[in-house]
Amino acid sequence: MAAWMTLRTQVTARSGASSLPASHSTSVCLAEMDRDPHNGPTIQFRNVSYALPTGQLILSGINFDVFPGETLVLLGRSGSGKTTTLKLINRLLSPTAGEVRVEGSAATQEDVVRLRRRIGYVIQEVGLFPHFTVERNVGLVPRIEGWPEEKIRRRTQELLQMVGLEPTLASRYPHQLSGGQRQRVGVARALAADPAILLMDEPFGALDPLTRNELQHQFLSLQQRFHKTVVFVTHDLNEALRLGSRIALMELGKLVTILSPEEFLHSSDPLAAAYVQAFRSGLDSAANRGTS
Amino acid sequence: MNWSHFIAQNYAQILELTIEHLWMVGISTLLAALIGIPLGILIAHVPILNKPVLTTANVIQTIPSLALFGFLLPVPGLGDRAERLAILALTLYALLPLIRNTYTGIRGVDSAVLEAGRGMGMTNGQLLFQVELPLALSVILSGVRVAVVISVGLATIAAAIGAGGLGELIFRGLAMVNNLLILAGAIPAAFLALLADFSLGWLERRLRPR
Repeated sequence: MAAWMTLRTQVTARSGASSLPASHSTSVCLAEMDRDPHNGPTIQFRNVSYALPTGQLILSGINFDVFPGETLVLLGRSGSGKTTTLKLINRLLSPTAGEVRVEGSAATQEDVVRLRRRIGYVIQEVGLFPHFTVERNVGLVPRIEGWPEEKIRRRTQELLQMVGLEPTLASRYPHQLSGGQRQRVGVARALAADPAILLMDEPFGALDPLTRNELQHQFLSLQQRFHKTVVFVTHDLNEALRLGSRIALMELGKLVTILSPEEFLHSSDPLAAAYVQAFRSGLDSAANRGTS
Repeated sequence: MNWSHFIAQNYAQILELTIEHLWMVGISTLLAALIGIPLGILIAHVPILNKPVLTTANVIQTIPSLALFGFLLPVPGLGDRAERLAILALTLYALLPLIRNTYTGIRGVDSAVLEAGRGMGMTNGQLLFQVELPLALSVILSGVRVAVVISVGLATIAAAIGAGGLGELIFRGLAMVNNLLILAGAIPAAFLALLADFSLGWLERRLRPR
């Protein structure tokens, strides 16, 4: 029970510090957009649907905004459409209906390559290039953007330090690293060209609990320094409560609700309640076994 | 006539024919690579083309080599163009392993790696030259190895249309019922095949991604 209480206090503290209230009214948005187009939502989903070429509907009628500097967690079980939603943002997929806007402009009208270079992308399988050293993997986007070599080298060193890796690892190949180290390199690579937006698809899903905990901690401290706009996919409620400014709950291709972590814990929504129940039962049963 | 005597008398000709043999194999493999590797890349990215291209290459492969060279025999003015025709035939035979291995190698690249690259804003060209080809290189090289080994063997038959090469010694030996002459063609040819297999195999292992 003690662990549970600590977690709740943590969540309350975080959502208290969150710069944006969960119910961000549209009128405020518009007023801000008049002054500066980047003060509006960084990412907007408007009635977005996505169907496979076979006609199978994967996502339907998705609406949400992601505001600058917040971490929106997409929570849901496998097959609920979280990853598809993420890929619509950097246009690895295109919506079959509706519109996805990134920094005010519809993603479908922009040069895809330029859009993607402004968005950091971390995936669960990491996707490090096996034939590139850590240094070349991290420096990938700066290099294809044509930065001078010296600047890439300095940036790489800075990034490795930032994600808590020894500079001596720079010359290693991915297969010579541990899972946690690889994932850190993946994060460093996504941050390389200093994108304002970061998309993370279950980045810590394949790690052992302790390593995952370390990386979540690292993520929070990086987020405190850099205030990236993050969309984070996970199926782990603990991770969602810990990292998210807001949690978007997805089920069967639909967005069920968006709640702050604190609201999520007390939500009357049956699905949210079921998640919390499942989460609590683990802690409770352990606690009960201790007492009986 | 014993064999040491025979070699002493004929080594210049054996050497010349070996070089001719190597030339035919080298040029035809190079041509086949120039055609087959781009074709393999193409069918790896345009799935609709993959069946027709691989089937065509397969059909070519099934034509018996002696028959193909036989078909070429009645071509008028063959004498002058024999070598070029032989190179054409060898090129056709080398296409299948090159197309197929390029295709297999590129399709075998981890999709997570490709997705990460694309998601970070790499263009198709950058993905091809910085990711797909380097990662497929050892598989493509093993296709080159198969093509070279096949070609070394097939090129001996090119002598049937008067294109030269080590096959000339073999055919002459067969006609004259002279085992020494047959072996003088067959042994260097076998040695070339083994050498190519060994050296390209070594290169392939060196380049295999870890």
